[in-house]
Amino acid sequence: MKLKVNGEDREFKDRTVLDLLKELEIIPERVAVEVNLKVIKRADLENHQLNDGDSVEIVYFVGGGTLESQT
Amino acid sequence: MEFTDDQLQRYSRHIILPEVGGKGQKKILNAKVFIVGAGGLGCPVGYYLAAAGVGTIGMIDNDTVELSNLQRQIAHNTKRLGVHKVDSAKETFESLNPDVKVVGIKDRISKDNILDLIKDYDIVVDGSDNFPTRYLVNDACVMLKKPLVSGAILRFEGQVTTILPGEGHCYRCLFEEMPPAGLVPSCQEAGVLGAITGVVGALQATEVLKIILGKGDVLKNTLLIYDALKVNFRRVKVPKNNDCAVCGSNPSITELQDYDAGYCRI
Repeated sequence: MKLKVNGEDREFKDRTVLDLLKELEIIPERVAVEVNLKVIKRADLENHQLNDGDSVEIVYFVGGGTLESQT
Repeated sequence: MEFTDDQLQRYSRHIILPEVGGKGQKKILNAKVFIVGAGGLGCPVGYYLAAAGVGTIGMIDNDTVELSNLQRQIAHNTKRLGVHKVDSAKETFESLNPDVKVVGIKDRISKDNILDLIKDYDIVVDGSDNFPTRYLVNDACVMLKKPLVSGAILRFEGQVTTILPGEGHCYRCLFEEMPPAGLVPSCQEAGVLGAITGVVGALQATEVLKIILGKGDVLKNTLLIYDALKVNFRRVKVPKNNDCAVCGSNPSITELQDYDAGYCRI
């Protein structure tokens, strides 16, 4: 199937969002995932089936700063 | 309030902009902005807001200036090592612009003090450096309906978003649950290119000024991601989530909590 991942076209053979993250070597707990503008809960990543034409946005958690200076 | 001759000169490049004018500059002078953190993001945000003439800038940070801060925290300097960051920032910003009053708070932000701290301010800026604070600031701003301009940095990446409670998304609409402690590296562990704090901080300051002026579009329902290595800006649409735990139609979070259980602090 053809997906749009972070705005770029990508061919994908597997099925779920979790499969896609594995293929991209992304640790699921480090990101938030939207499929067609709907946020997928962390617990649903392994069940959520992707379909041809889906638009997926993967966004890393960014906290920033330094441990020595936690406000 | 009439402008003095000095003010007319100081703000002339603003006043000449049709979107600002004398009226807009007065709005900026009367504005009150609260900045969480006087570090990598708080420094450039505060610097540009002070230069712009934001009349009252509140800042909270409990830390003192360390040598490892100075690669990016440009309101501080080598002579101020060991000085409280909010005192250092106050000196820098007030000497840049005598129209600005900086209210520095040497404390950690918590569920017990945040509502009191931000209630008299018009806009909140998150320049914090950890997830428990990020969620706390988001939740408090949603509860008090305060506009929040949130920024974050790591390595070569920055993120900025503007939260207008009641009108658009909040931080939790996208980042529903905090990442497990230890999984997302901090800048201390992973590093950060100092200059990207300037990019992200300047974007945040610009968002604040547009909110004050009521001009242009802001990053409502949008997360802007800056990738410095690829020189790419990606806009991710973030619709308001009706099931959101704090801003949804039936919120499960109705009281503030401190979220730092399990997060190590030094």
